[in-house]
Amino acid sequence: MSGYKGKVQKLLGSASIEVGDRVRVEKAGSVYEGVLMPRTELGDPNHIVLKLASGYNIGIKLGREVKLVGLEKGKPPRLGIPPLEIKRDPSKPDVSIIGTGGTIASRVDYRTGAVYPAFTPEEIYSAVPELADLANIRVIEACNVFSEHMTPELWVKIGKAIAKELDAGASGVVVAHGTDTMGYTAAALSFMLKDLFRPVVLVGSQRSSDRPSSDAALNLIGAVTVAGKSDIAEVCVVMHGSTEDDFCLIHRGTKIRKCHTSRRDTFQTINDIPLGMVRGTELKLFRKDYNRASLEGEVKVDGKFEPRVALLKVTPGMHSSVIEGMLRAGDKGIVLEGTGLGHVPESLFDGIKRAVKRGVPVVMTSQCLWGRIDMKVYSTGRDLLQLGVIPGEDMLPETAYVKLMWVLPHAKGGEEVSKMMRTNLAGEITPRTRPDIFLKPVFSLKPSD
Amino acid sequence: MEFNYGKLGLRVGFEIHQELDTHKLFCNCPSGLRDEEPRLGVKRRLRPTQSELGEVDRAALAEALKGKGFRYQLYPDSVCLVELDEEPPHPVNEEALDITLEAALLLGARPIDEVHTMRKIVIDGSNTCGFQRTLLIATGGRVKVDGKSFHIQTICLEEDAARKMGEGAELIDYRLDRLGIPLVEIATGPDFSDPYTPAKAALYIGQLLRATGKVKRGIGTIRQDINISIAGGARQEIKGLQELALISTLIEREVQRQLALLGIRDEIKWRGGGRIVKKIIDVTGVFSKTGSRVISSALRAGGTVLAIKLPKFAGLLGKELQPARRFGTELADCAKLYGGVGGLFHTDELPAYGISQEEVDGLKRATSAVEGDAIVFVADAKEKAEAALSAVVGRANQALEGVPEETRRALPDGNTEFMRPLPGAGRMYPETDIPPIAITPLRLRQIKARLPEVPEKRRARLMEEYGLGKELAERMSLSENLELFEELVRKSKANPTLIATTLEETLVSLRREDVRVEVIQKAALEELFASVAKGKLVKEAVPEVLKEVARGVSVRTAIEKLGLAVMGRAELEKLVKEIVSSNRELIERRGRAAIAPLMGILMERARGRADGKLVHELLERELRKFEKSKPR
Repeated sequence: MSGYKGKVQKLLGSASIEVGDRVRVEKAGSVYEGVLMPRTELGDPNHIVLKLASGYNIGIKLGREVKLVGLEKGKPPRLGIPPLEIKRDPSKPDVSIIGTGGTIASRVDYRTGAVYPAFTPEEIYSAVPELADLANIRVIEACNVFSEHMTPELWVKIGKAIAKELDAGASGVVVAHGTDTMGYTAAALSFMLKDLFRPVVLVGSQRSSDRPSSDAALNLIGAVTVAGKSDIAEVCVVMHGSTEDDFCLIHRGTKIRKCHTSRRDTFQTINDIPLGMVRGTELKLFRKDYNRASLEGEVKVDGKFEPRVALLKVTPGMHSSVIEGMLRAGDKGIVLEGTGLGHVPESLFDGIKRAVKRGVPVVMTSQCLWGRIDMKVYSTGRDLLQLGVIPGEDMLPETAYVKLMWVLPHAKGGEEVSKMMRTNLAGEITPRTRPDIFLKPVFSLKPSD
Repeated sequence: MEFNYGKLGLRVGFEIHQELDTHKLFCNCPSGLRDEEPRLGVKRRLRPTQSELGEVDRAALAEALKGKGFRYQLYPDSVCLVELDEEPPHPVNEEALDITLEAALLLGARPIDEVHTMRKIVIDGSNTCGFQRTLLIATGGRVKVDGKSFHIQTICLEEDAARKMGEGAELIDYRLDRLGIPLVEIATGPDFSDPYTPAKAALYIGQLLRATGKVKRGIGTIRQDINISIAGGARQEIKGLQELALISTLIEREVQRQLALLGIRDEIKWRGGGRIVKKIIDVTGVFSKTGSRVISSALRAGGTVLAIKLPKFAGLLGKELQPARRFGTELADCAKLYGGVGGLFHTDELPAYGISQEEVDGLKRATSAVEGDAIVFVADAKEKAEAALSAVVGRANQALEGVPEETRRALPDGNTEFMRPLPGAGRMYPETDIPPIAITPLRLRQIKARLPEVPEKRRARLMEEYGLGKELAERMSLSENLELFEELVRKSKANPTLIATTLEETLVSLRREDVRVEVIQKAALEELFASVAKGKLVKEAVPEVLKEVARGVSVRTAIEKLGLAVMGRAELEKLVKEIVSSNRELIERRGRAAIAPLMGILMERARGRADGKLVHELLERELRKFEKSKPR
């Protein structure tokens, strides 16, 4: 895609100049020589972009006074990498990396400035050579979307790909996923994958892998280590544990949330402590209450989800018409992100009443994120319980949302929905609230020694 | 040493980096440096990114081989997530862009229609993200020196790097206060063919930048990189030069170094030397009873002594390339950089440093060296010593070719030391987080409309308009007080030379006496000079009044307190009479020549309350009267 449109496109066409060609531009006494680069879609349509010999890109506005001459046709970019003989090492675990759309590893073509994703094991090995010492890598692409475009159908597709790899004998599976909705996918896989007997690790990066400071390599090494060497037979997320390039934390898939728009340590386990950490290829587990891996088994993908569930953040003065709109649109379940211990303004009572009456379950979580729902302390909470609202314990709103999507097709009637929502199915509800898990400082507050 | 530079084919170009006086380029943090110890440190690593064909940039690879981590010192109140590479860059600082465009227009360069932010890969840790962001703003332009015109190639706007604070075995410490400060980079063509003109051109460009009034001043705020090559030699990029006076020495010494390296190449060729094979030999046994403290302490720490033979290099390692820097020093630079060792030994300098002839002979036996071979050895942890000697072999092999292209660091004496290989040309790719910026004709028109005078025009105007002397006009034309000066002249109507001298000299010397001149407000200066203009205060009293004002006193109170109100004519006449009559003997003895000592006495008595010119006039009259009254 050249990105050029309209007049400029025509002009380039008439001079038979294509992206990648070396050209000379003469304008108002200045002469610029360089390689014609593609144009980003957002830029002004009357400029062309040249990459000068110095490496700089510049935009030149075309007009009548500008002379444009093609000097040399461009050579097609050679994308090959030196063939790398990879032999399976039977002493190392087999780890399958499932791609979903983000780039796990990439390389830069400095001639054009393009960033190419690495997809084959060879490409991944040559970008992160440490992996070759860790595991035999297999790469599968389940889908190719940005994580904000992920859908429940794709969750199932990813789930099936995971099951296939594990059933075929993989020691563990790494799912490379964009960070935006990684928490939702992790929760969905946690509920969907039954009889999971090997580690399933979601991983991503906050700094793109084409930059030297990328967190991708450390995260990927951590994820492959957990997938290949740990005995955690659960869905977990492995990402930077601090702003430093030091260690990754292993989070349970149902208690994880993206908490920062840009930091490396954006993912935090909420209302619990992480399962463990991995520093280099060294694993350290913080707890014992996780499902242990076994050598053999068969994963069942129980992938029925009700897509028509809504997650509603409650605000002061919110009107019942919001809920009525959801009911009219055909929503089959509603998760509220209420205030405090699990409250909503009186103005929402009518809507909630109507939903419950129609058999649409309403589940309460808190926009505080940290802490547990308790609807018996204040009268509003008691009123809501009276209306039939299901308290969501210490579940994250997003996890409760995914869980309700999964529970609806699996429960027979409202009673069972309520019971399943209040029962811990995949580590999403903890029975006790630890005193040491609130807003753990994410910065290493130590004196510079 | 004087060379025939024309014959040697000397080509010199330079880049000036000037910090701009505005907030950081890609975030809203202030552009100031911090001195106090930081409370926070963040440890990171950088990985070379793979480029096309799996090649890693050679400079990037050199840094990666060093394998060190980085510790970033930061201050949460003046360094944000952008510097820490934890938040995408904010849009480009528009003020910095304007200042750069202003500099470009002053130099007659042509701005680019649409500016693109690029990432230039730098993985020595000085940029947290592993690249420096840089924008090409303008091309072309000229600088005139001694009647000759030299090309300006490019004018760029870029972010400054973090400050290196120290280096340990595992970590390099950087302080993030400097990272992101906007820099304008002005690069000349390789047009200079003598060592002296570049400094003049650099000085001129520096003055021009200061004329914008929007650049930082002080140590480290302007830096030069010099590119030097001679025919048959190779281009060197010499970084980190802060003193213009050193440029010519630096160039002379680089020419000297390249000639010496070419000499070494020819000598090895003549001796029949060829490519050196890396065969590292453990010679720890030779030093079991060594008298060398360096070696014995390395061995006590569990290290080994590794050696490498450089066939036919005998005598060449001791050859001087620059004053007090030998070829062996170049090898040591590489060993230190890539091996992280403290240094190396070579046979050209031995026996010495507690190493005996016996040990040298042992070394020769162990490495089966013959007459004419040199041996280099390192005592350290095995891994480090190996890396060091590999680097030594690499560098020695380059000597067979002549002069390698390098990035070198300027040393305070005008010598240089190896920093890293010269980076490959194409280490740049677009910064996708920042959209291109169109430089509109309207923007350029607005900047053109308020373009400052170039220094030489300003100097001429100051001489003509205000009657300043040449030297004072020169100083004033480059001064940050220029605007204040013109305003004070306009408002106070006092003598411009007095005002210029006060701003440029008196205040400076008062500051040296620890007077807190920074508390003196513009209004106070205005009142002070107006008093002089109205004859209420003599100019000789200005420093005394300023000292008082710096203590927080108003001008009027200061004048009263010091009793500096100008003496009335009557009062002065009375004083003159008194002095004349009490010095009759002196006047009779010296006649007219008594004027000078009498003036001294009078001015002393008047203690800054009298205008010297008036005192002189009154004294002359009184003396004439005295002469007339004298009996003949």
